[in-house]
Amino acid sequence: MDLTVIWAFIIAFAVFAYVVMDGFDLGIGILFPTFSAGRERDRAMNSIAPVWDGNETWLVLGGGGLFAAFPLAYAVILPATYPLIIAMLLGLVFRGVAFEYRWRDPAHQRFWDIAFTGGSFVAAFAQGMTLGALLQGIEVVDRAYAGSWWDWLTPYTLLTGLGTVAGYALLGSTWLIWKLDGAEQDHARKLAIWAGGATIVLMGAVSLYNIALNEEYASHWLTAPQIYWVAPVPIVTAVVSLSLLHGILNARNSKPFWLAIALFFLGMSGLGVTIWPYVVPPGLTIWDAAAPERSQIFMLVGVAVTMPLIIAYTVWAYWVFRGKVADEGYH
Amino acid sequence: MLENLDALLLARIQFAFTVSFHFFFPAFSIGLASYLAVLEGLWLKTGKSVYLDLFKYWLKIFAIAFAMGVVSGIVMSYQFGTNWSVFSDKAGPVIGPLMAYEVLTAFFLEAGFLGVMLFGMNKVGKKLHFAATLMVALGTFVSAFWILSVNSWMQTPTGYFIGENGQFMPGDSWWDIVFNPSFPYRLVHTVMAAYLTTAFVVGAVGAWHLLKDRANPHARKMFSMAMWMAAIVTPLQIFAGDMHGLNTLEHQPAKVMAMEGHYQSYPEGAPLILFGIPDSEAKTVRYAIEIPKASSLILKHDLNAPMAGLDTIPDDEEPPVGTVFWSFRVMVGIGFAMLGVGLWSLWGRVRGRLYEMPWLHRAAVLMGPSGFAAVLAGWITTEVGRQPYVIYGVLRTADAASPLDAPAVAASLLAFVLVYFTVFGIGVWYILKLMGKAPHAGEYGVKRGDVGPIRTAGITPGPTQNPGGEETLPSAKPEKEPV
Repeated sequence: MDLTVIWAFIIAFAVFAYVVMDGFDLGIGILFPTFSAGRERDRAMNSIAPVWDGNETWLVLGGGGLFAAFPLAYAVILPATYPLIIAMLLGLVFRGVAFEYRWRDPAHQRFWDIAFTGGSFVAAFAQGMTLGALLQGIEVVDRAYAGSWWDWLTPYTLLTGLGTVAGYALLGSTWLIWKLDGAEQDHARKLAIWAGGATIVLMGAVSLYNIALNEEYASHWLTAPQIYWVAPVPIVTAVVSLSLLHGILNARNSKPFWLAIALFFLGMSGLGVTIWPYVVPPGLTIWDAAAPERSQIFMLVGVAVTMPLIIAYTVWAYWVFRGKVADEGYH
Repeated sequence: MLENLDALLLARIQFAFTVSFHFFFPAFSIGLASYLAVLEGLWLKTGKSVYLDLFKYWLKIFAIAFAMGVVSGIVMSYQFGTNWSVFSDKAGPVIGPLMAYEVLTAFFLEAGFLGVMLFGMNKVGKKLHFAATLMVALGTFVSAFWILSVNSWMQTPTGYFIGENGQFMPGDSWWDIVFNPSFPYRLVHTVMAAYLTTAFVVGAVGAWHLLKDRANPHARKMFSMAMWMAAIVTPLQIFAGDMHGLNTLEHQPAKVMAMEGHYQSYPEGAPLILFGIPDSEAKTVRYAIEIPKASSLILKHDLNAPMAGLDTIPDDEEPPVGTVFWSFRVMVGIGFAMLGVGLWSLWGRVRGRLYEMPWLHRAAVLMGPSGFAAVLAGWITTEVGRQPYVIYGVLRTADAASPLDAPAVAASLLAFVLVYFTVFGIGVWYILKLMGKAPHAGEYGVKRGDVGPIRTAGITPGPTQNPGGEETLPSAKPEKEPV
């Protein structure tokens, strides 16, 4: 297989891993104000405190990997979405330090809780809008961004931003169904129903918008024979959506969380179908932006060796902190 | 004044600001991670509770410093693209893979094991916990390895060719790229700088508490350990710095000319200018205090060796002399002050009075932040000294920036300045508050309210019976959670 294609899948995997794993961290941040101060907030925060840092690292792999494997895409997308990226980074600053600061300074815990929520919301919204800005197309001339300052701000990007916030809230609330119990679990369940409904509606809206956005996107979905290959994506999505809602209402453990991840996986697959073979639509394909083969091979060796190890010790770190939060202290 | 600031200058200020701020944290956490590993290792080996107490004392500080390093580091990984897109496009094929390796081999390692290190002592047992601490420490070092390789390649680029599309392409051997000529020197010099930075912080905290209570065994232990580092590593660091300077003379002579303030060439031996005021318009160092021929002696090991000056470099390829000249002197001055403290402590140790020398302790407190100042001055020297190039001799800084307009960069710069000073200022204040508390027996670890992943049932024996006791257990003397 073509190395460039392999690298496109590796970057997509990194982005997916980030979206799912930091997605539930950010989602908990977004939902934080609805938790009562004290035990509920502490438990929610503690459910992700040992893992958020590792989760966020996938963002660095997504960005760093894009830089390494598709340097031209990295050099075009980031200036094109400059205010969004800066907002995301600053949001992540507040979100990240709040994990430590809220425990260090009880007198100002409320303030850091607000920073935690604000940072999470801004980061999630900016990430969703960046995705939208990419999908709606970026103007490139002479290997450089050639659009204007505000191209990233359209109704479509606001929609993708909202969709991402809802999706992260879904991930966060289903994670809490898994990690909490009692009244706090019931609360998470209520939140998850709302977040799940919103996510499904917004995903549908973005999908339809994509088809209306340009003819090429539409042709990826609606022309034969391709339609037979891609039709299962929306069908399976519908099935997963229903079982997700059912799971949220009934399950006591991790099932809703896994179904939420499945929903994200289908959403990302759909985006892949839509955007392929472009990395920066409408002008740059993955081959236009790819690093030379020598760079691809060098990094592929690194990925082949390290990725199994990374996944192994990441799974181990999750395993160490398995189970309901604070179970042991209350039996 | 603002109308004179163009987008390029603003982008440079923003990069300098964010990278300077960021580097304070790894400069501290590289050393502190290793120190924590040493403390935990000594605890496992000797079973002495003082090491565990110190481990937990510094772990709380590490957690905050590490979080600040992570969030400010992510900013760096994206800023290449946001503000230096031409550089990113051109250099991506060469330095992108090195940075990808940094993520794969270092960032995941640190972040993956950090949770266990901070919260997992009760969950995984002592040995696995120690392994996690070692992995975090190793991760900080591996991270330094890759990012310094990238920086060094930008200073002394080798092993590449320019492709048809204008990109830097990797040549036959990645070894030539990773181990470019300035890398080994920069790596050694920077990692030792990080160790010294941490040692002087630890020494200052120990000294502070010795000044209050010279019998405090924890303060004694950390002060003694820090002073060993100061006495042993500072001379090695001065030697490494000298070697690094000779390497720079070979590969980036203009930088050394600026460091030395040599506007003119000296055919018969160059003087060592100790102090003076560089005047780049008149191309001379005013009020210079100099030692004749000493610069030739240091750099060429020959009193009469001819030395070229900036008069041999075209004006548009010269770095800004004043900044480089001064920052270099600040770094070297602090280095020798560190050496002085290290020797002073040795003398105190020989006399058996290390813990009864309040003036040494006061000096050590004063020197607490010295490592940060020296590290910053050193980076200013090397980064400003390679101007006007971002990839030395090949790509000018002015040709590397993103096509952004000045107001956009001005707005982001303002946001970074406000957020960084507020958020990191508060974080540093929290760290100082933690440092202000005297270390003591039965020290808590990183504690998270009354619930959480670190909580264990209160049935384990108290620290008096079990020096390796866990962080949240009820101790003989109940204490409030450290804040």
